[in-house]
Amino acid sequence: MAHDEDVAGSERTLYPYVTGTSVIGIKYKDGILMAADTGGSYGSTLRYKSVERMKVIGKHSLLGASGEISDFQEILRYLDELILYDNMWDDGNSLGPKEIHNYLNRVMYNRRNKFNPLWNSLVLGGVKNGNKYLGVVTMLGAHYEDNHVATGFGNHLAVPILRSEWKEGMSFEEAVKLLEKCLLVLLYRDRSSINKFQIAKITEEGATIYPAYSLKTFWGFSAFQNPGQFAEGTW
Amino acid sequence: MFRNQYDTDVTTWSPAGRLFQVEYAMEAVKQGSAAVGLRSRTHVVLATVNKAASDLSSHQRKVFKIDDHVGVAIAGLTADGRVLSRYLRNECINHSFVYEAPLPVGRLVVRLADKAQVCTQRSWKRPYGVGLLVAGLDELGAHLYYNCPSGNYFEYQAFAIGSRSQAAKTYLERRADKGRPLRHQGDAAGEKLTSSICTVAIVGIGEPFHIISEQAVQEMVDALETREEATAEQSGGDMQDESGNPDAAAPMEEI
Repeated sequence: MAHDEDVAGSERTLYPYVTGTSVIGIKYKDGILMAADTGGSYGSTLRYKSVERMKVIGKHSLLGASGEISDFQEILRYLDELILYDNMWDDGNSLGPKEIHNYLNRVMYNRRNKFNPLWNSLVLGGVKNGNKYLGVVTMLGAHYEDNHVATGFGNHLAVPILRSEWKEGMSFEEAVKLLEKCLLVLLYRDRSSINKFQIAKITEEGATIYPAYSLKTFWGFSAFQNPGQFAEGTW
Repeated sequence: MFRNQYDTDVTTWSPAGRLFQVEYAMEAVKQGSAAVGLRSRTHVVLATVNKAASDLSSHQRKVFKIDDHVGVAIAGLTADGRVLSRYLRNECINHSFVYEAPLPVGRLVVRLADKAQVCTQRSWKRPYGVGLLVAGLDELGAHLYYNCPSGNYFEYQAFAIGSRSQAAKTYLERRADKGRPLRHQGDAAGEKLTSSICTVAIVGIGEPFHIISEQAVQEMVDALETREEATAEQSGGDMQDESGNPDAAAPMEEI
């Protein structure tokens, strides 16, 4: 059977086109909280401004993705099928976040080995039977779990804040405030971020993806006043 | 069952709607040496009586660990049992590899049952001649299943298969609500026990599936016989292993 790859020479991902930026995830008292902006960049253009980069998976998990949006959509289709077959068993058993995390790891790593990666960094969080779970899988198939995780620029800007200020058993309000602090830093410093965020929560009871909202920014620093002061003629 | 003209092929129905080859396969299970299974909310125990081909040979292995959370005891054609155990181990390890989690017992037995069913609907195959007692633990609790050559499977609180299993089943039915698995296991095997002729295995919460050492089994058997003698003196009757007094003396410690 002639496969497209054989006929076309080779078809594999070379670079991403429409991308999402950082995702942050933290554990808190009742479960997991995740945050991401709703931007889809086309190179340096902020092309799409209402992209939902976090989705509920099954009964127990939340998946957030940065990187190529079309690959994220493909992953959602794989997971759809996985959850469908899991539900069809109808036997009281269900795939928890740990299982889904490992499944995703298998998928990402196998694609990487074929030099045809799904160009995403994934954050998988969930709660099952009282156990909270939060992990990351990268496009290279690297995976890890922690109490607080982030992708992309979040690794450089948010993780240090989380390492300093995250603590066990935070309340919902405390956790959201911490996430917003990270999101604000990312907004100021990450060129591909936009001021439109979503927070997603998952607990034993269920998952909620809150409607998008914006953060208040402050640009009134004295150093920003009269920027042409020392460079006459600049614009 | 007597020979008839509808029993040559597994794919031939009898006029009464029976598949004789499948029923004959289940006979093979009944002829095998006994296997008993019993569960509580947190543990499942399997016990088998081991037959040796001759006095000089070793005993046949009838209990197989499938994964940390599942084990099986077989009765019937042990060669078929080994092959199916290999299949079950493969299914468990493949699931663990992809999902980093144990395969739920209910899903494992369905795959086994579906595999057995295939052999009842292909003219070039024969049914597996082995019955399996599948003991396992998962998120939903402790489970004991019986998988039949017919491709049927059932979940049980307690069950026995193989020769003289009816006596064991009756004994277990009478004691359905009592909570002490191990004591009943010994009684239910229904034969004069020594640790050399029986194998006992257990799986439970915090306890991966393992076969209990011969020494430990012997201690249990001795403890059982001591208790039986004690209650025999009390009631003044002639006590047999199978019919222990349900209101008898001190509870034995579970291992």
